[in-house]
Amino acid sequence: MSFKQKFALAILGVAVVASLGAGYLVQSSYSEQFRDAISAPPSARFWLGTDELGRDRFARLLYGTRVSMLLAPAAALLATLIAGLIGGAAGYLGGRWERMITAGVDLFLSLPWLFLLLAVRALLPLNTSPVMSVMITFLLLGCLGWAGPARIIRAGTRTLVNSDFLVQASASGVSRWRLFWRHLLPNLRPVLLAQFWISIPLFILSEANLGLLGLGVSEPLPSWGAMLRDLENYSAVLQNPWMLAPAVLLVAVVGCLQLLLGTEERGVSC
Amino acid sequence: MLSLLLRQARRILLTVLLGGLLGATLVRLGPGFGVDERELDNRLSADSQQAIRMERAKENNIALFYVRYLGGFLHGDFGFSRSLNRPVAELLKERLPLTLESLGYGVFGGASMGLVLALLTVWWRAPGSDLVPALLSGLCLAAPAAIIALVLLWIGVASRWAIALVVFPHVYRYAKNQLIATSQSPHVVAAEAKGLSSWRVLWAHVFTPAAPQLAALAGISVSLAFGASIPIEVICDTPGVGQLAWRAAMDRDLPMLVTITVLVALMTLVVNSLADLALAAWKNNTVPPAAGSAPA
Repeated sequence: MSFKQKFALAILGVAVVASLGAGYLVQSSYSEQFRDAISAPPSARFWLGTDELGRDRFARLLYGTRVSMLLAPAAALLATLIAGLIGGAAGYLGGRWERMITAGVDLFLSLPWLFLLLAVRALLPLNTSPVMSVMITFLLLGCLGWAGPARIIRAGTRTLVNSDFLVQASASGVSRWRLFWRHLLPNLRPVLLAQFWISIPLFILSEANLGLLGLGVSEPLPSWGAMLRDLENYSAVLQNPWMLAPAVLLVAVVGCLQLLLGTEERGVSC
Repeated sequence: MLSLLLRQARRILLTVLLGGLLGATLVRLGPGFGVDERELDNRLSADSQQAIRMERAKENNIALFYVRYLGGFLHGDFGFSRSLNRPVAELLKERLPLTLESLGYGVFGGASMGLVLALLTVWWRAPGSDLVPALLSGLCLAAPAAIIALVLLWIGVASRWAIALVVFPHVYRYAKNQLIATSQSPHVVAAEAKGLSSWRVLWAHVFTPAAPQLAALAGISVSLAFGASIPIEVICDTPGVGQLAWRAAMDRDLPMLVTITVLVALMTLVVNSLADLALAAWKNNTVPPAAGSAPA
């Protein structure tokens, strides 16, 4: 691991620990309103000041980080599972099945990601409870983000299917089901893990875009996307530059993730 | 070449069919389907209201509904926007040129910037020479399109450059890797050993052979740019298709949203297909036949 990657890991570690320990680091909750300190500047009491409703910005940032950093991996896990099933089945079954599934995946990939996300999000209720809105947002990201990884997993499966040990296992009379679960899937683990990690920054960015458009996590629950909406008020940002903290943290975390995963070297094409 | 052309045409046709079906399904499942506000009009007699109900009942037949929807779609009838109370085709005709213009500038600007910086990085091989472009592309890659749009809005730069900054890092990193890989091939080493100038080697022996692979980026860039156009147009208040899609999502205007999605998918597919065809044509014209298959 290079120095840059160690540094990125340290920043990510601090962000994760701080978000998980939010309850110990800040006294107030993310939704508690201090009516005596509306739009207050940073102080010893409120490290990043308060918003126009008197809520502690630092508390909201920590809890928002928790939401984004816990649920983006959850969505990535869901997307990887779906991709593993679909891509794995395509590569394992081969022939007509593979052609059909690959055509479906290609078609799905040709639909523009954010447009599709908006269409499906609009179909679901927009006036849901905050917790439900979090679930819907990240479930959608997970359910719609499988196509890219599925292609790579299919290619990985095809390589494995033609490998000597699988041919030998098949010749020894191992059933197709057992072959898939005991021999193929464990060997696909590195590909699945890589796809899982690569999806996380993509989902964090998608949630941020959705949140900024007002289609992400509902108030009063904080998320990076929802907190970025404050930045639309340019004059307020000029007077209170600490309002940029969520944006800076978001860019830093996604940048560190990409540095760690090496996607910044390859260029992400999702 | 012909088989590739047929394959691309089949892919586009399939997208129209499946996109239309997806659209019809979403419209049917969406809230408000099957409800006609004229039924609440007390001035209409019972017979008139019954006639309206009969008219709507035809749409309850799912197969017929799909066929009608697809037929309308193929004839340019994209439905009616409930939120803006206008035909979707009319709205698209108004807004599409603006988005396409932004996309054109953005994709061209981003791709040019990425290619030039990648060429400079490969040409100037000193350690740390790629520090500034790498930092800039890393920053653009890690920032959501909406943040890039906001920053440009604050400093008074046109929104089309936000699209360029979204496209740039992808082109830069891919082009850099491709050019570095090509610059390490034996023919480049031989050209350098023969004393050709570094610019000539870079242009004729590194960039030109890698150009078709770089051209394939056009499809991805257009797809990226369309995706980025939604937050960018919303933040910059640009009356384009991206902003229209966002308004449709906020107002739950599914017919409009689905039509926009399918049309954008189609445009992306067409650009992708053109890039694939150009690449295939270039390969046909330049790749010599294998040694074994050469005529005696």
